[in-house]
Amino acid sequence: MTAPEAGDQVHTATVTLTVNGESRALEVDTRTSLLDLLREHLGLTGSKKGCDHGQCGACTVLIGGRRANACLALAVAHDGAEVTTVEGLADGDALHPLQDAFIRYDAFQCGYCTPGQLCSAAGMLTEGGPSAVTADLTGDPALTPGEIRERMSGNLCRCGAYVNIVRAVTAVSTAGTEP
Amino acid sequence: MTAPTITSIRAGRIGDSPQRPDGRQKVTGEFAYSSDLWLDGMLWGATLRSPHPRARITGLDITGAVAMPGVFAVLTHEDVPGRETYGLERPDQPVLAIDQIRYQGEPVALVAADHPETARRAAGRIRVSYREEPPLADARAALAPGAPSVHPGGNLVRHVRVRRGDPDARAAVVVTGEYEVGMQDQAFLGPESGLAVPAADGGVDLFVATQWLHVDRDQVAASLGLDPDLVRITLGGVGGAFGAREDLSMQIHACLLALHTGKPVKMSYSREESFFGHVHRHPASMRYEHGCSAGGRLVYVKADIVLDGGAYMSSSPAVAANAATLGIGPYEVPNVVMDSYAVYTNNPPCGAMRGFGAVQACFGYESQMDKMAAALSMDPVEFRVRNAMREGSVMPTGQVVDSAAPVAELLRLVRDRPPPPARDTGDLRSLPGGVSNTTHGEAVVRGVGYGVSIKNVGFSEGFDDYSTARVRLELTGGEPSAQVHTAAAEVGQGLVTVLEQIVRSELGVERVAVLPADTTIGSAGSSSASRQTYVTGGAVRAACAEVRSQLLARAGDPAAGSPGNRPPGLAGAAGLGDLVALLGKPAEATVTWRHRPTAPLDPGTGQGQAHVQYAFAAHRAVVDVDTELGLVKVVEIATAQDVGKAMNPQAVEGQIHGGIAQGLGLAVMEEIQVAGGVVRNPSFTDYLIPTILDMPPVRLDMLELADPHAPYGLRGVGEPPAISSTPAIVAAIRDATGIPLTRIPVRPEHLTATQPDEGPDPPSAMIMGRNAPHRVPFDPRS
Repeated sequence: MTAPEAGDQVHTATVTLTVNGESRALEVDTRTSLLDLLREHLGLTGSKKGCDHGQCGACTVLIGGRRANACLALAVAHDGAEVTTVEGLADGDALHPLQDAFIRYDAFQCGYCTPGQLCSAAGMLTEGGPSAVTADLTGDPALTPGEIRERMSGNLCRCGAYVNIVRAVTAVSTAGTEP
Repeated sequence: MTAPTITSIRAGRIGDSPQRPDGRQKVTGEFAYSSDLWLDGMLWGATLRSPHPRARITGLDITGAVAMPGVFAVLTHEDVPGRETYGLERPDQPVLAIDQIRYQGEPVALVAADHPETARRAAGRIRVSYREEPPLADARAALAPGAPSVHPGGNLVRHVRVRRGDPDARAAVVVTGEYEVGMQDQAFLGPESGLAVPAADGGVDLFVATQWLHVDRDQVAASLGLDPDLVRITLGGVGGAFGAREDLSMQIHACLLALHTGKPVKMSYSREESFFGHVHRHPASMRYEHGCSAGGRLVYVKADIVLDGGAYMSSSPAVAANAATLGIGPYEVPNVVMDSYAVYTNNPPCGAMRGFGAVQACFGYESQMDKMAAALSMDPVEFRVRNAMREGSVMPTGQVVDSAAPVAELLRLVRDRPPPPARDTGDLRSLPGGVSNTTHGEAVVRGVGYGVSIKNVGFSEGFDDYSTARVRLELTGGEPSAQVHTAAAEVGQGLVTVLEQIVRSELGVERVAVLPADTTIGSAGSSSASRQTYVTGGAVRAACAEVRSQLLARAGDPAAGSPGNRPPGLAGAAGLGDLVALLGKPAEATVTWRHRPTAPLDPGTGQGQAHVQYAFAAHRAVVDVDTELGLVKVVEIATAQDVGKAMNPQAVEGQIHGGIAQGLGLAVMEEIQVAGGVVRNPSFTDYLIPTILDMPPVRLDMLELADPHAPYGLRGVGEPPAISSTPAIVAAIRDATGIPLTRIPVRPEHLTATQPDEGPDPPSAMIMGRNAPHRVPFDPRS
């Protein structure tokens, strides 16, 4: 591979995205990842760059309601998409139930993976369908701790807050029974 | 403590589990990590690193980089205005390589440009000519006569000798063993990053994720040739630490670039660069000989431990001391001959990681304890209990353990936990590796193993270990409110939560704010060695006592002037109305607080009151092992730990979970593969850390046996969980398979019928990805 020489023409394109409910149009280098667009062009630094290779999950956002590693998403490939980041989970001052549960169950320490964990959990709660550990393939499976672990396994947490992440997500997925 | 600790108390006191004051920011994305910092007009820094582990630099041409549009500076070692080297214990590490390369990834040159990709490409335009030399890659070989020297003066960084009792003691039953520990990485999720801003006074302001602001400042100032007062460091948000931020990474580099260009400069490492940007846990090669009476009492231990320090010293001398002084474990042994060596090689530099020398030794001595129990046909727990240290026991250093040492009780607690249910053999989901295997678990066997550990808390060997805290109490909107200022690094452990709890308890006020940590106040020491709640917590408590004393003096209370006297909180003592009246002007105190002194080790015998406090934890691991596929599933960990006083039970529980996760990683998956000094797996695809699927349920018993010497009786909690979890898991795998595992991490091929050669010889699949074959990791054109 040869990197473009200095002075080579830089290809740009206009990308229009709805980010956390707000329409944003930007002219970006066509090589820009969605993560860099969010962090460096829109100043939304909540989504984290832990590896930039889709290995850690710290950059997880929702694209059209589905979980995605923003570092692996080319911004221009998602023109017109609706993107939700950790900054868009709360409703004004009212935290998303997952955010509230992560605080109450102490589901993080350093917190660097937390934006990705939260977006991943938010996507998981609504995505339905069976996973590799689903026993009953008819209908949407109950989010047992085993299902939650399976579905959250793309999000690394080096502080090892996994036990409390499962507790927090379980509390939200069974909301109503939670005090 | 198996149920989650949930509280709705926001304004918690000591012993409560209030919510983290930074929790809301962390869940909303507002918390500013060092990688999130931004200033308009800032430049981006990039580092050119050596692809070779050992070489002479024969030429360096920066003209191609300088000529690139958007490049503002290209710097080499000749541009370092002050001391050209740095280091925690001795400045032996060049800021930028001077004429030779001692490890792969050593920084050679820096670039500042207006875009991170421009900086990266410009670094690739720097032409460096290397004359490669054969790397010294084996730590024991480095000690052999005639070995090439990595540094002038030879390859021995430190030899710690501990001698107790009769060196020629004999015993009825003798077992020997040789053990190896691979190189573990801290692998924090937030890579090294920071922002340096040049100041009008000729100084620099640095915002960075670190563990110890003041040693950063002193090293940065020395290399910049500036008075330390002109280097002001403020803690940026820290995305995990675990020891890896105790040494400098980009601090001096970013400041050099900022001062050279007159512009703010941000540096943020990629994941790959991060693997080269910080020290790792020392690999260890250990030989143990245990002698025991026929009745099961340890008579002697002889051991030597060789720790591969890599190319630079970092904190290797202290790691070697920990391995030596803690290296026989929490047992009573009358005769000890222990030699611990830290050595230079051309491998990646190693230094602090959670457990700090105690981890490596624990794998050795606990493996030996199992081996001896088997030789005696004794139960491994019973054998440990019979030899367990207790309060009043004498360490191999001659130091008497003068607070609780409930080693036997911790072991009994984990042993007596009900076992987890047997595996449901009809449920493929319960298999090691999950449902997608090529077999159906026909060869899965279960095993149980134990480990117990000892760790020192705080800095040792006579180090002047202190922290500084300022507490200010004033009226804000007519209400008493307190501010706490220290330089102690919140790295995720929850220190800011605990400091608030201390102030609420001591002063009886609800409104407490912890100010950002910076170098405008005295040092707090490092957020390491499980020490920060002890030492900075002690400093904050002492400052609160002075504030209280001032206010009582204002009220004319005769108890004033004796801050050692601890009356109840002011709100209770004086009444809130009175407190408001007393705070016509603010009350403020700044205190530097020290724990009781320690003493150096005698260089000949290793005798001395070297440590402040000891902490103990025990683990029982239950594993399922698929002996056909070489897969391990940790089914459950039972643990018991004495924490002295659970200042914040929920945070303690989190530390214990996290330590177990990292201990599990070292047991079965985590290793930086180094071959001939070259790192083969600097990515999260190939350096594996435990996922949520790997984390077992944790059954936890927490003891609170107060240490009378420590603030609130507390005992450091951060490291012990990461120490004996590893040997417990390996013991469980041995129990399941009967294979005498002597090297960690245990690999799949160690567990199947065909045993491979030992040593870091990764399969070809380990050579991966974008940068294969990994000889030129930072060349942007690859």
